[in-house]
Amino acid sequence: MEYTIRPPKGFVRINWPELWRYRDLFLVLAWRDLSVRYKQTVLGVAWAIIQPVVTMVIFTFIFNRMANIQSGDGTPYPIFLYTGQLLWQYFSGTLTNASNAMVANASLVQKVYFPRLILPITAAMTGLVDFAIASLILAGMMIYYGMMPGLMGLMVLPLLILTAILCSMGVGLFMASLNVKYRDVRYALPFAINILMYITPVIYPVTMLNNHPGVKMAMLWLNPMSGVISNVRAGLLGHSLFQWDILGISLLVSTFYFVIGLYYFRATERYFADIA
Amino acid sequence: MTLPIIEIESIGKKYQIGANREKYLSLRDQLAKTTQGARKRFMAKHHHVPQAEDFWALEDVSFSVKEGEAVGIIGRNGAGKSTLLKILSQITPPTKGKITCRGRIASLLEVGTGFHPELTGRENIFLNGAILGMTRGEIRRKFDEIVAFAEVDKFLDTPVKRYSSGMYVRLAFAVAAHLDPEILVIDEVLAVGDAEFQKKCLNKMGNVAKQGRTVLFVSHNMGAVAELCSRGILLSRGVLRADAKASEVIGQYLSSGTGTGMIDLTGNVEERTGSGPLRITNLMTMEKSRETRSVFEFGEPLLVAIGVAGKAGKEFILGVSIRNHLGQVILHFSNSDDREKLLMAEDQTSVTLEIPSLPLNDGKYFMTIWLGDGMNIMNDRVGNCLSFVVDSTHQGQCKSQGLVRVPGKWIIAKG
Repeated sequence: MEYTIRPPKGFVRINWPELWRYRDLFLVLAWRDLSVRYKQTVLGVAWAIIQPVVTMVIFTFIFNRMANIQSGDGTPYPIFLYTGQLLWQYFSGTLTNASNAMVANASLVQKVYFPRLILPITAAMTGLVDFAIASLILAGMMIYYGMMPGLMGLMVLPLLILTAILCSMGVGLFMASLNVKYRDVRYALPFAINILMYITPVIYPVTMLNNHPGVKMAMLWLNPMSGVISNVRAGLLGHSLFQWDILGISLLVSTFYFVIGLYYFRATERYFADIA
Repeated sequence: MTLPIIEIESIGKKYQIGANREKYLSLRDQLAKTTQGARKRFMAKHHHVPQAEDFWALEDVSFSVKEGEAVGIIGRNGAGKSTLLKILSQITPPTKGKITCRGRIASLLEVGTGFHPELTGRENIFLNGAILGMTRGEIRRKFDEIVAFAEVDKFLDTPVKRYSSGMYVRLAFAVAAHLDPEILVIDEVLAVGDAEFQKKCLNKMGNVAKQGRTVLFVSHNMGAVAELCSRGILLSRGVLRADAKASEVIGQYLSSGTGTGMIDLTGNVEERTGSGPLRITNLMTMEKSRETRSVFEFGEPLLVAIGVAGKAGKEFILGVSIRNHLGQVILHFSNSDDREKLLMAEDQTSVTLEIPSLPLNDGKYFMTIWLGDGMNIMNDRVGNCLSFVVDSTHQGQCKSQGLVRVPGKWIIAKG
């Protein structure tokens, strides 16, 4: 084998074979992040269930019982809310962890060589684990409310989840690179994510924005998660119509975000060790 | 003839230090740069704006390493050794030049990379091993060896944050020592653990080298370098100064920056700190008759003449340290220790320190001078600037084991 080390020049391609060679490292780092999380806690993994359930209960109380926001299509509010919450927590969790992945592992970045892409992707993988656990609660709720997902809904579900992954990874990669140099990201991001939740149909249905078509269009185009959430609700809970055009737009925009994030990360990754 | 396993060609690495550092390149930044450039030039002309400075950590370094060679890379702090290793490990890209590698490189730039305090010793072995590039199977196969080397069998299942620092470091090195790469690059990681462990580590690395692997070893421990490496590379301020047999290069390193007999310190000198008004102007080693000499015998008087520039009448304090080739301070003299007050007779005064009887073993010694004012505030310090040799072979005496040698009296009791 022979390879050269040279000053970086211009456009850098993604080295897929190398990522495959380092696949063990993905698993090890993901396992590290997961094992460390609940060390020395009493409730351990139970936290992964307590958090979403408590959030759902409180939000239902405030937004549904007090503020009288309805699902708009007859779906019971708790499960309506929870589908949105589940996806939203996947997105925000992955985004936060991915963007901080480089800085949190700065010592590793400065001392060992491995494809830097592994760090944000590992953060995304731990997000999927949380997503899986939280989905169990959703399944439980669906049984409780006696809802059966339509066949088409189930078939399209992987596509929607893929869209969510692409979207969160894309923005996460972009933020990860930005965060290395401008630590503002670490402070701005939680704030932005908080606000963003209200501009996504998590606690309310998209139809609530019908009186503001401009805002609605902007939201559907710029925020792929809105499309994902409304379509997952339609597909799984069966009360509203499935919207293929929205699905298409979300997938397209997410892929776009992902590609941009990936290439920005690759372009700036070489200097991380010098800047971190 | 086989091709060298590493070929380093004109490698250069530039950092920008100072306030206005350049952002890493992105389209947006390029656009901003062109518009900002004009503004910056205006600002620089009319206001004092700190400009970004180019710092070349490495400049035009070239050498080749053949398969199976053990090369020691030595140099002062700041010479560029770690930067070179970082470039070789692909952690940071070079600014210029090219390196061709024909084997897998495993780098040990720090022990315990990736160790997580919350995980147990066992878990950290797998974690660290994976980070260093070992596959899971490899780690499992070598697990027992690693644990035995680190001597932590009883503590495998406790979180690493509970380990003593010695245990931590032993475990970290144990994992790293069992890497099986074609090329092993090590950066000063021997400075860990107690003396016995250091010996163990050296042995292990020696074995690796003997097995025919290529080793690049950066260290300040000249003893280790001499033992492990056949070839030496000397870096100084980012430039390659020597590439020869290890012993030769070590010798060159130890004597670089030191004169013998006498040295003029009015200009710029390496290893100089302090910016006070009092300055050391020159240094000289002499024998009793005040003739300049640089080779002395055990027990001889040694005179050190120090030129000091300042203001007549001012009080000053001088300290003289004598170090051996390992950098250990063997002797230290200071006029305040000797309860002698020193006052400048004129603006340029010469002080002579007389050591009546040199208690040193044979070897090479390096002098460091410290100059302070009457309030003991440092004005000037020049490190390792003048060397002298103690050679008592013609007295017929052998080298004693102590750092210094003091004659003793031996009397047999009568009856």
